[in-house]
Amino acid sequence: MSTQIEPRKVETELVGTPAPNYLTNGFGLKSWLLTIDHKRIAILYLVSITAMFFLGGLFALLIRLELLTPQGDLMEAEMYNRMFTMHGIVMIFFFLIPSVPAVLGNFLVPMMIGARDLAFPRINLLSWYIFVIGAIITLSAVILGGVDTGWTFYAPFSTTYSNSNVALAAVGVFITGFSSILTGLNFVVTIHKMRAPGMTWFRLPLFIWSHYATSLIMILGTPVLAIAIVLVAMDRLFRFGIFDPALGGDPLLFQHLFWYYSHPAVYIMILPSMGVVSELVTCFSRKRIFGYTFVAFSSLAIAVYGFLVWGHHMFTSGQSIYAGLLFSVLSFLVAIPSAIKVFNWSATMYKGSISYETPMLYAFGFIGLFTIGGLTGLFLAATSVDVHVHDTYFVVAHFHYIMVGGAIMGFLGGLHFWWPKITGRLFPEAWGKFAVLMVFAGFNLTFFPQFVLGYLGMPRRYHAYPDEYQVLNVMSTAGASILGVGYLIPMVYFLWSLRYGALAGPNPWGAKGLEWTTPSPPPTENFDETPIVTEEAYAYSKEEPEIVGGKQSTRASLR
Amino acid sequence: MLENFPLFPTQASTIAGEVDLLFFFLIAVASFFTGLIFLMVTVFAIRYRRRASDEIPKPNLGSLRLELIWTAIPLLIAMTIFGWSASLYFKMARVPDDAMDIYVVGRQWMWKFQHPEGNREINDLHVPVGRPVRLIMTSEDVIHSFYVPAFRMKMDVLPGRYHTTWFEATKPGRYHLFCAEYCGTQHSGMVGSVIAMEPRDYEAWLAGDTSGGSMAARGGKLFNQLGCVTCHVPDGSGRCPTLVGLFGNPVQLITGEQVVADEAYIRESILQPNAKIVSAYQPIMPTYQGQVSEEGILQLIAYVKSLAPASGETPGTVGPAQATPGTNPASSSQ
Repeated sequence: MSTQIEPRKVETELVGTPAPNYLTNGFGLKSWLLTIDHKRIAILYLVSITAMFFLGGLFALLIRLELLTPQGDLMEAEMYNRMFTMHGIVMIFFFLIPSVPAVLGNFLVPMMIGARDLAFPRINLLSWYIFVIGAIITLSAVILGGVDTGWTFYAPFSTTYSNSNVALAAVGVFITGFSSILTGLNFVVTIHKMRAPGMTWFRLPLFIWSHYATSLIMILGTPVLAIAIVLVAMDRLFRFGIFDPALGGDPLLFQHLFWYYSHPAVYIMILPSMGVVSELVTCFSRKRIFGYTFVAFSSLAIAVYGFLVWGHHMFTSGQSIYAGLLFSVLSFLVAIPSAIKVFNWSATMYKGSISYETPMLYAFGFIGLFTIGGLTGLFLAATSVDVHVHDTYFVVAHFHYIMVGGAIMGFLGGLHFWWPKITGRLFPEAWGKFAVLMVFAGFNLTFFPQFVLGYLGMPRRYHAYPDEYQVLNVMSTAGASILGVGYLIPMVYFLWSLRYGALAGPNPWGAKGLEWTTPSPPPTENFDETPIVTEEAYAYSKEEPEIVGGKQSTRASLR
Repeated sequence: MLENFPLFPTQASTIAGEVDLLFFFLIAVASFFTGLIFLMVTVFAIRYRRRASDEIPKPNLGSLRLELIWTAIPLLIAMTIFGWSASLYFKMARVPDDAMDIYVVGRQWMWKFQHPEGNREINDLHVPVGRPVRLIMTSEDVIHSFYVPAFRMKMDVLPGRYHTTWFEATKPGRYHLFCAEYCGTQHSGMVGSVIAMEPRDYEAWLAGDTSGGSMAARGGKLFNQLGCVTCHVPDGSGRCPTLVGLFGNPVQLITGEQVVADEAYIRESILQPNAKIVSAYQPIMPTYQGQVSEEGILQLIAYVKSLAPASGETPGTVGPAQATPGTNPASSSQ
């Protein structure tokens, strides 16, 4: 992995900084690879997932280039199928799922609750090694010729008919799952047991609540994926026949097991970003969050409901229509907590003091794109419309609005917000704003036309397509190139800022939260002495709170 | 490239208009809420922009009343959409009684069709307009999905099962047929056309190819070739139950259970004869797994359907009167 490269840069840049901090605590490769400091492990994750993000992005670029023309002329169908499969596997399992939790969560969960580290620092390092081993195994499957099953590994294609390295890629995904489980376990224990004195549950930043909810999904969902994937490998290697109808197995069973994890996995990707957005909106509005308990519990509601909606991926699979209706109604219900969050973020801005720094622009972008992504989810929850748009570009557009428009916007917003804390340096604000606009415009141009394509009927995973879909595909590819540049710009100025960025100081945004009370970059121990918490989260004002609307504050009633 | 640039798909089936109506309602709901959020964020961002760097706004902690409002209203709208969608979904799942049957076999990477009259096609499917068509579908290998965007219908096609769906074309024309479930290398080549024709033209087309006889006739030939006839003697005197009048009727099993003899039951009885033993008979039938193709099995089914009791109704009427409505009566190997 490229992990050796960036840390060395980090360390040389910061040699000159006076106060000893976690970055100056050892400079050799060994001090990084054997570190048990949650902050350094976060950096290890950042470097690894950034590499995976650009790899997955490269696959996406090749997919979009192929789709410029209706004929499959850039590459063979076989290669195209490997491209979209690897794009999905790399982006989902090796970028999106670890993105916010493993980087920002690792760095911030202990700092936000006033702890010195996570509960199990060695397990934390172990989870990174497991991630790297899983990534290497999956990438070796790519180098040996790739996988062509789609990231969904549907049986019996994956178990019997595919001639690609399914088992190897599956083993890689299986192993990586344990890294996710261990991270989740670490967060849950840390949040329960290591909060600083006075940091009660309802004083926790919402970032922590969302990571708590995410961790529950990681712990409870990932083992089911592991089982499903092991069974695919067993079917493939030893002809177990669990999913093979020729041997008495049931291919639909695989879909149930797979989506039982993979639908909640969407919430693993989006919940942490929602937590980030709660931090951003409050900081750049200088307001407490509107409806703290509703935002906090909506995270838990999403985590719980998320486990009950997997069948909405199977409305045309031949499952019973009554099961379909049940999954449909539950899918509509899971939309409600998301709506509550969006309304509360908007209401937080009401009568605030709003400034437009780069992280806030990412939060605006998140709210807009997530709203569109969430509302188009209603189309898919509606059984009879889903029959038409299932497995078309409508679905592709929808989940990219959630995962790219939502999750990645949140990740980038958070990375910009805490970059001064992580590195002690400021990034160039003007370039930051420019990049957000590129990402926002490029994203919409890439994915909005795909809604139209999907309703027209263009199926996903098509290497060649009828001529009448070309104009929209060209628009989409044009947007993707803008989006790609939008992602490269931050990469460049972040690296630049390591050496040339202005010193950030402990709290450049004037934000509340324990992580801002300590120097940037923080000392290895995070805090010189254990902080004692005496106030609510987001206490931007010492004045008496104004109560709007209802007679009593819901927040107060829970105190 | 720009002269052929549709933004909305053709409506060519009885349900297409209804699906589109719900779709437009959803677009209205989505546009309203997207607009509302955009408006709120934009107005607040401008109106309450930071005017002084030391500005500290008054906090407000929330409002139970507002929370209830923006929980209840979206919930109400969501449940409305659910109810509307569910009733349409039921309608889409219920096959009309007067539907004609067409048998579909998917394989990597082609669609094979058989009309009961005997016509066989690959990738092109001819159907009459104004008449519901029931598709009885299975796959020889992996999962495929039968998708005609102009009809707004899609159904996965699984190996080892019969999935049933239906459509009624309303406009003559040639419509895209796609495989919508990723099925391997040439997935995007597993495409074809549904050609909807005026009933008169369809009859003429059917009459154009009568070489191999009807599906039932082909099935009858197979029935003799495979030696089925030696045990399944029509008058019931053989070592195995008679198949006359079997289709669509309940069968008493040795376990005391009763099952309805539908397509899935007959398929299973051919491939795994010991799975369900008819009461008062011995499990002596060998499996025909590997000896008869998926299309052959469908022909055998058509033959069994055609075997009406001698004193009963006219041949052929037993078939369509299948007992189980809905999209998923077939779960053969459970």
